[in-house]
Amino acid sequence: MEFSIYDFTSFTKSLDKLLNENMSSFWATSIEMLLIGVGILAFYALVGLFLVYAERKVCAFIQNRVGPNRVGPYGIIQTIADLFKLLMKELIPIKNADKLLFNIAPFIVIIASFLAIAAIPFAKGLHAIDFNIGIFYVIAVSSMGVIGVLLAGWSSNNKYSLIGAMRSGAQIVSYELSVGLSLITMVIFAGSMQFSVIVEAQRDGWFLFRGHIPAIIAFVVYLIACTAETNRGPFDLAEAESELTAGYHVEYSGIKFAFFFLAEYMNMFIVASIAATVFLGGWMPLHVGGFSGFNHVMDFIPPFFWYIGKTFFIIFIMMLFKWTFPRLRIDQLLTLEWKYLLPINLVNVVLMALIVLNGWHF
Amino acid sequence: MSAESLILFFIVAVVLVGGAIIFSALAAPKSSNLQKFEPYECGIPTKGITWLQFNVGYYLFAILFLVFDVETVFVFPWAVVMREVGMTAFVEIIIFFFILVLGLGYAWKKHALVWE
Repeated sequence: MEFSIYDFTSFTKSLDKLLNENMSSFWATSIEMLLIGVGILAFYALVGLFLVYAERKVCAFIQNRVGPNRVGPYGIIQTIADLFKLLMKELIPIKNADKLLFNIAPFIVIIASFLAIAAIPFAKGLHAIDFNIGIFYVIAVSSMGVIGVLLAGWSSNNKYSLIGAMRSGAQIVSYELSVGLSLITMVIFAGSMQFSVIVEAQRDGWFLFRGHIPAIIAFVVYLIACTAETNRGPFDLAEAESELTAGYHVEYSGIKFAFFFLAEYMNMFIVASIAATVFLGGWMPLHVGGFSGFNHVMDFIPPFFWYIGKTFFIIFIMMLFKWTFPRLRIDQLLTLEWKYLLPINLVNVVLMALIVLNGWHF
Repeated sequence: MSAESLILFFIVAVVLVGGAIIFSALAAPKSSNLQKFEPYECGIPTKGITWLQFNVGYYLFAILFLVFDVETVFVFPWAVVMREVGMTAFVEIIIFFFILVLGLGYAWKKHALVWE
């Protein structure tokens, strides 16, 4: 069964046709731009707010607490209330801070995550831009966020934030390599960097299952590395509350702080959705060879829900990491990357090349 | 949508952050106080300048990263065509990685990977 009822391509095409028939192409393009802009903004805010809520609930259940439960049923409006509270807080200008860099930093972290979201495929035909260099593009723009973190730490005129930013910089650039190399392993297997091609290639089975041992190694390495790259526990040295109070955003108040917080959660969403797309088949339903009845039932679940389900599954794993492992020291962190993950990854790339060369995969 | 529409995402991000900051600046209460604008260092008055020298270790790792990151950029196009080119590509990547691993081994031997 094809996903004809769930295919967004026909919807977007007909909308485009409708707009172009009724007005000049300039206005049609403007309205499309506006729709996409508003849509992305709404999606971004919704996912950000939901993730903050989800983190608090998951953390609460792991620590045997109830979590937010006062504002709205099960506390679901809690993060919206927090957002309004943060909006109404004073933005404190710090004495002797570098004003320009201090104000630019939140823009940079948010822009980096917005640009990365542009390339992510949510369902068939439901992506803003389908680059032929998708994976490469996402890695490139999402690593721009580290500039914002470094600027924030450097310009705050605070020693805690300086230390936090330096740690964060060393950590993000180190783990960037592992993220890149484990994705390269899957690019070898897929033979393309375009997200739509990669997802389409997983129609009969997800890459995690088809790619033999290298795919599984790459998946595990990717999970570890992207947890570190998003500055989350157990790799949250950059904000280590117990030693640096909050790390690089210690001096930010009100809504500026909220943007750093939001960017952290959106980065988590971005890396999780890349993991879901590259390893777990993106919006493709789960198919088991031979069980055609089961496969048909799975086809009825819309692709968008498959995508969201897989992404949130990975996010849930990352939250479990944060709340169950103790924080690493910086020397352990760098040892893990440079002495373990990087050599493993290099061997893994060669192994995957060997498997693809000999056709040993499924 | 073409790649030019990335500018749209850029604009949306700037509007989101800028709009929220402007709204907050207008809506939030303001008060002034001598100690309020001091950097927060757990209540202890900050001493000396903040922009100090920091551990050279961070710098070493940044240099190492640069080497491997440029290498990653070179490996990406290789990875895409690996399946088509076949054996030649495999031999080439072995040579490429061998040179890289020599570099990593040198850094390891020189204790550049040990945090001090």
